[in-house]
Amino acid sequence: MAKITFDGIEVEVPDGTTILNAARQIGGGVVPPAMCYYTPLKGTGGKCRACLVRVAAGSAKDPRPMPKLVASCITTVQDGMVVENTTSQQVMDVRKGIVEMLLINHPLDCPVCDQAGECDLQDFAFEHGVSTTRYEEERRTFEKIDIGPLIQLHMTRCILCYRCVYTADQLTPERVHGVLGRGDASEIGTYIENIIDNEFSGNVIDVCPVGALTDKTFRFKQRVWFTKPVNAHRECENEKCCGKVTLWYKGKDVLRVTARKDQYGEVKEWICNTCRFDKKETADWVLEGPAHINRASVIAQNHYELPVVNPQVILDLPESTTRELERNPPLRLGGING
Amino acid sequence: MGRKLLTEHINVEGIDTFDVYRKHGGYRSVEKALKTMTPDEVVEEVKKSGLRGRGGAGFPTGMKWSFLAKPEGVPRYLVCNADESEPGTFKDRQLMSKLPHLLIEGMIAGSYALGARTSYIYIRGELLYVLRILEKAIAEAYAAGFLGENILGSGYSLDLHVHPGAGAYICGEETALLESLEGKRGNPRNKPPFPAVQGLYARPTVVNNVETIAAVPVIVNEGGDEYAKIGVGKSTGTKLISACGHLNKPGIYEIELGVPVEEFIYSDEYCGGIWKGRDLKAVVAGGSSVPILPKELILKTAAGENRLMTYESLSDGGFITGTMLGSGGFIAMDETTCIVKNTWNFSRFYHHESCGQCSPCREGTGWLEKVLHRLEHGHGSMHDIDLIVSVAKQIEGNTICPLGEAAAWPVSAAVRHFRHEFEWHVTNPKEATAPGAAYRGAPVLA
Repeated sequence: MAKITFDGIEVEVPDGTTILNAARQIGGGVVPPAMCYYTPLKGTGGKCRACLVRVAAGSAKDPRPMPKLVASCITTVQDGMVVENTTSQQVMDVRKGIVEMLLINHPLDCPVCDQAGECDLQDFAFEHGVSTTRYEEERRTFEKIDIGPLIQLHMTRCILCYRCVYTADQLTPERVHGVLGRGDASEIGTYIENIIDNEFSGNVIDVCPVGALTDKTFRFKQRVWFTKPVNAHRECENEKCCGKVTLWYKGKDVLRVTARKDQYGEVKEWICNTCRFDKKETADWVLEGPAHINRASVIAQNHYELPVVNPQVILDLPESTTRELERNPPLRLGGING
Repeated sequence: MGRKLLTEHINVEGIDTFDVYRKHGGYRSVEKALKTMTPDEVVEEVKKSGLRGRGGAGFPTGMKWSFLAKPEGVPRYLVCNADESEPGTFKDRQLMSKLPHLLIEGMIAGSYALGARTSYIYIRGELLYVLRILEKAIAEAYAAGFLGENILGSGYSLDLHVHPGAGAYICGEETALLESLEGKRGNPRNKPPFPAVQGLYARPTVVNNVETIAAVPVIVNEGGDEYAKIGVGKSTGTKLISACGHLNKPGIYEIELGVPVEEFIYSDEYCGGIWKGRDLKAVVAGGSSVPILPKELILKTAAGENRLMTYESLSDGGFITGTMLGSGGFIAMDETTCIVKNTWNFSRFYHHESCGQCSPCREGTGWLEKVLHRLEHGHGSMHDIDLIVSVAKQIEGNTICPLGEAAAWPVSAAVRHFRHEFEWHVTNPKEATAPGAAYRGAPVLA
């Protein structure tokens, strides 16, 4: 076990845990944002640089600070490590810069984007960015491409997080999906303009943090905040499919089926294309109840469920930390799960 | 005239063949190392020599070698980084094409020291003719028994392969090089783990520059202490400097580290001064990614001391008034050079070569290039000058690999030392965009 201090809060985690996951154990507003890291996918992380944090002391043995900011999603904790995230002005400034970089080639037309309302980049920019842009040049644009009959790729919106590449690589046996080109001309593509013909291909839609990969059966059917998310499950014939999904209702119609996401937007159990694209009748499913949506999300404005406050996280903290918290409350602790 | 340790026989006819090379004392170090020394003794000699990585970063080679993890029953690799593609640097190409056996000799001695049974030379894809030269030389070395099974009856076996890249600058970054060598897309890896622990095929690996490896035979032959006598302080031995730009005698010079920069530029022994009797304006001392320095600061440090061609002296003053020795790509610019245009040109290169993996570099390099293009073509504003400094700062230090810094440093240094030229482009766009135009006014020191 390693004990680290994250933004003044002490937390004990198993050796080999990344700084980001240690911060997620604390939860709330201290958790660094992550645009490319995705826990269930091996090899993700380190690319978007959104989760950069300052390591003020490397470990108990070697308490020197690390010379550069480190990506918290891939840097593992050391016993005695002291990490600064929201408490470091440098980190906040750099994060502002990362938002700016991610947005210079991303269209600022959220009102016509199908991902709006559930877009990680939108949230990230809203929380950490500035409201103006210094970029005057033309943005890069691409034509929309259909990857098979069910998925549409719009590279213009892509932030090259590589999540879909890892998904395609790790969930499907034959790899046809990767990154072509270099630098800001690189693009996600299939070799060569192949379709992804695979029972688990739909998961690339769920892992995409922006509106680059979208569900063609749902595209522009409805704004996501007008739909009601309901958790449901079914016995799926496919062994690898967990059968646990979120159904997105509009009235009595199921408009969309997605895998379930946790509070960090991560899918922990994958679903097959049959569940995702073919089972769009309530009769196909056993309903469980409203899906939990973060209170801050626009989707939650329709109050499908009562706000949940999870005090357990605070109760579980060691006493020294709670005392410290009372004296010195971190930013937006009320955001925990609520 | 300084001693020439690497290039002494470079102009001997037929030195690229095994027989001639052997006649001139070639492969002595292999005999000495394999027959009379243990691998650790070779590492010890390299440590004593104070040899520092010649690829740019200047990390002590002996220390790098001693960091190599040596778990039982796991192969280790020595990889030679011959993906020389920094603008302004062209020393390795010459060394390999003229003296292929020197590199092979170094690879054998180095591999023996590290306990590697298979080693690779990763060569830049554009250098196809050098690849052929190396392959021929390797075949000769195999035939002479210096490669393959049981070299010289010592029981040590080594296989050496040459592998060409596909023309990406980023593959000169050591982890991108390893990815490429494994047959993957050449994206730099996240560190840690470092190659010394998990490198090629997730095995402990040392990646060294061509010139670094070529210095190993000399160190083995003459001993580390002898090698360390050359040079100044922690900059020991000789260094190949590829001098280019507005010089009377551009070319590759092997210098003893410690030669004053002034002597290197103006003496007839080296570059012979600035061409056409013009005045020197600025120097990029170590390949395009290091900060540019104006004449006043490259010849003398801010403290007024003579600047020497050493790692320490060139970096004296940090990045405020100093630069880096880097890979030894010495680019001299005379008074007719437009610094804005030059910076845009460098920036264009880094934009083109960014791998696109991490966001600050992918987006930032393109942004820098576009704003510099605007400034150079007379459409910029004063605000743009601050903008590029700010963007460069946002890239620097926040990327996976050093390419981000390589793209940011030249830009911030150019504005730091030549801000007046950028302002001149904004205030006098017509004059500044005329063909061949360059600011000729008095330099304004920061």
